[in-house]
Amino acid sequence: MATTTLRTSTGYRSGLYEWLTTTDHKKIGILYLANSILMFLLGGIFALVVRLELAQPGLQFLSDSAYNQAFTIHASLMLFLFVIPVLAGFGNYIVPLMIGAPDMAFPRINAFSFWLLPLAAIVMLSGFATGGGAAAAGWTEYSPLAQAKYEGIGTDLWIVALLLIGTSSILGAINFIVTIFKMRAPGMTLLRMPVMVWTVLVTSILVLMATPVLTSALIMLFIDRNLGGHFFDPATGGNAILWQNTFWFYSHPAVYIMVLPAMGIISEVLPVFSRKPLFGYKAFIFATAAIGALGFSVWAHHMFTTGAVYLPFFSFMTFLIAIPTGVKMFNWIATMFRGQLTFSTPLLYAIGFLTMFLIGGINGAFSAAVPVDFAIHDTYWVVAHIHYVLFGGSVFAVFAGLYYWWPKMFGRRLNETLGKIQFVFMFIGFNLTFFPMHILGLSGMPRRIADYDPNAGWNDLNLLATIGGFTIAASLLPFLWNVFITFRSGEPAGDDPWEGNTLEWATSSPPPPYNFDHLPEIRSERPVFDARHRATHA
Amino acid sequence: MALQVSDHEDAAGHGAEQGISNVILGMILFICSEVMFFAGLFAAYFNVRANSPIWPPAGNEHFHVANEIALPLVITTLLIISSFTCQLGVWSIRRGDRQGLIRNISVTVILGVIFLIGQGYDYTQLGFTLADGTFGTTFFTLTGFHGAHVLGGVLMLSVVLYRATAGQFSAKHHDMVEAVSLYWHFVDVVWIVLFSLLYLLPTAR
Repeated sequence: MATTTLRTSTGYRSGLYEWLTTTDHKKIGILYLANSILMFLLGGIFALVVRLELAQPGLQFLSDSAYNQAFTIHASLMLFLFVIPVLAGFGNYIVPLMIGAPDMAFPRINAFSFWLLPLAAIVMLSGFATGGGAAAAGWTEYSPLAQAKYEGIGTDLWIVALLLIGTSSILGAINFIVTIFKMRAPGMTLLRMPVMVWTVLVTSILVLMATPVLTSALIMLFIDRNLGGHFFDPATGGNAILWQNTFWFYSHPAVYIMVLPAMGIISEVLPVFSRKPLFGYKAFIFATAAIGALGFSVWAHHMFTTGAVYLPFFSFMTFLIAIPTGVKMFNWIATMFRGQLTFSTPLLYAIGFLTMFLIGGINGAFSAAVPVDFAIHDTYWVVAHIHYVLFGGSVFAVFAGLYYWWPKMFGRRLNETLGKIQFVFMFIGFNLTFFPMHILGLSGMPRRIADYDPNAGWNDLNLLATIGGFTIAASLLPFLWNVFITFRSGEPAGDDPWEGNTLEWATSSPPPPYNFDHLPEIRSERPVFDARHRATHA
Repeated sequence: MALQVSDHEDAAGHGAEQGISNVILGMILFICSEVMFFAGLFAAYFNVRANSPIWPPAGNEHFHVANEIALPLVITTLLIISSFTCQLGVWSIRRGDRQGLIRNISVTVILGVIFLIGQGYDYTQLGFTLADGTFGTTFFTLTGFHGAHVLGGVLMLSVVLYRATAGQFSAKHHDMVEAVSLYWHFVDVVWIVLFSLLYLLPTAR
């Protein structure tokens, strides 16, 4: 019954040509991951530049303008060209496998979505080659700072790059939704889909409904800057707050776009390494949907201090998000509770996610309380918060996913010892960098400053954060070395090295074109576990 | 009777896989994203309009576009008619009538092109530009992006027409025709909202 025919490609094509023209979701997924990790390293270099400048008071290395460009491009690369695409890459690789599909619904559109990203990166970074430098008003590009009179053409290139990335995201989201609704294998009902697939589905709906609003905002900004428009200029009847509303209407749902698939990865890793099913599967799915729905009603909590939004509503809705998130936290802990834990590298990163994301949730709740937010708005507290959720959360989940699915993608396991060394350095470096920022924020250090008063009492903590930043950078060396030696002489993984639950472990490593020779029977959300159980108890 | 046959054919055409076809679902999702795109622009329009003490703002009598409504009214009517001709084309191919499809889609493309030419001519007659205050900015941004979508629709319909003349559609296989017609109806509905806002609502105030 549930069989797909295996088609072999006709004729010989060179490896490079194959990778440049592929429409195979697995290759496109790997391209997404490779491109995103490259952007992660590049964005990391900008972060180190920023940290280096802040290590001591005074301006040592950069001009004010260069500093502004560095933190703007750091955030833009990390958010738009690393976190969002890397999770889309995991989705691309793993979703069709998990639902037993031969490919995505629209393979050529899938390839197009990917190739827009390197193009966008080139456009954004080409700002450095222009006279005025790259975009420098922060990744939020608030008016009037983003207006033409302050900056050169770099901001326009930034706008075009984000339009390309947005288009890529929207097309990708359409592809995911159609794939998930239309391409599932027989027996794979919606409530048997792996949690990862559910998180990608909810994420795709968020992308579909939120990203076009950013597109409209970017176009308005472009018109203001280049065609003499007046959307955001109060002097001529426009409204600077309008930019913030349209920008955050996308960019708050976007933080869920950046973390929901990461939660999906964690929810795949924890059951496998706890030897237990995920606790509360349905509750988890409803919690995911609830986060997605609530995500559209909280954007103005970024704008409390403008005095132009209704504070109680947005504060209350923001606190409500803690409920489904708390449900998930208890799901994960209960999954591990009395489980048979094997502390492989993916589980370490998953635990890193749980602990760091918890801190990120708690320090976020402070910002949601209006009176507290008035004190900590635009301070380093906010920088600490975003990094605890996006680095402590998403990046740890990305590495959990890389170590977990690497054997499936390449047929070889990454080295466990190097993985654990990387984890220890990254975990310590991360906390050294970002925990002091809480204290800096509470003592009033504003974000986005290149210099600070040597008598403000911020010197030691800033130096500590800089040391932490370089520790994170050092933690990536064992990872890169690990990737290198694994490609050269990695331990062969076999089809199912972790004794997984979901369908990707039912095919070979790496999977053949069109994925499956035959599928196991799908009677639950853990078909591969069921098959293994039947085999051992037959 | 015709409707009954078309329903039957449709069910037969999609019998291989259950439910809605990938292409049509993809187009519906794309239209959802387009709705949100225009929602962003409309939100901007309402925002600057609400911030202005009077609307249209004082200073340029040409802002009262409702006073020169004849041409916009004509091209609006033509665009609405084009939605009907487009749907007639869909109904034709559901019956397997390729000539009917070609005839109706040709008329639709011509009406779309007339709309674009009419709007382009109207732009030259308006007496204000994009840079003339928030009114000019919102007016040209909204109508301009709608016009770009009409152009996109005309291009898609032209591809449908080309493929129809090549005989690539049948009663069973015409998902692209259905999908493009959905897009064309969407573009039409956006214009009706836009026309009401820009030309009719100001006169009510």
